[in-house]
Amino acid sequence: MAQKKMTIIASKGALDMAYPPLILATTAAAMDFDVTIFFTFYGLELIKKGNADSLKISPLGNPAMPMPMPIPALVAAMPGMQAFAGSMMKSMFKKHGVASIGQLLDLAKESGVKLIACQMTMDVMGVKQEDIIDGVEFGGAATWLDGAADSQINLFI
Amino acid sequence: MPVDIKVDQTLDAKGLSCPLPILKTKKAVEALAKDQVLKVVTTDPGSKNDMASWAKRTGNEILKMDEGSGSFTFYIKKTA
Repeated sequence: MAQKKMTIIASKGALDMAYPPLILATTAAAMDFDVTIFFTFYGLELIKKGNADSLKISPLGNPAMPMPMPIPALVAAMPGMQAFAGSMMKSMFKKHGVASIGQLLDLAKESGVKLIACQMTMDVMGVKQEDIIDGVEFGGAATWLDGAADSQINLFI
Repeated sequence: MPVDIKVDQTLDAKGLSCPLPILKTKKAVEALAKDQVLKVVTTDPGSKNDMASWAKRTGNEILKMDEGSGSFTFYIKKTA
């Protein structure tokens, strides 16, 4: 069987949206896929040094988010709610034996997943190359397209 | 008559959720020699389908799967 390839664009920086790219990337690598993740816009939050396990989530505008009690939108907008919702979701994941974002990132690197940071969004958002974890390459749209053209699976998350 | 499977290595993946059972299985199988058998025990109901898909993709063989009281036991032969 020829080796399959997959690319993922990770464009979101909220805790819940950090999971799908890393779960799929690590699993695909375990299924012998050649995997590339391209981090752009808020997806850069996942690969900033020391940030992977500090991601947050906002219950605001998300009526489906499970909360211990109904939270009115105005309360959800209060300071500290994102951190609270973030740590609540983290403990839910932990309780169910789900790896943390930091662990998944380490597992991705360990299994040879190629990580690329979008240089343009880094420049726009003032992120320096030294702010990004080791083992990440830097590139742009052409870098992603080159890999995507040869891949069976290309996802934008 | 039950067929005896000689187990070379055992992996306890109980209490772990997607994707950890698969990631740990991959690592454990990689550490085996060809034709050796890994026994994996999971509690994640999704692992039943996941393990079959993983084995199909990687070319390894699930010799047997036992299901009972909330756990799943896979006997995986490293054939790839």
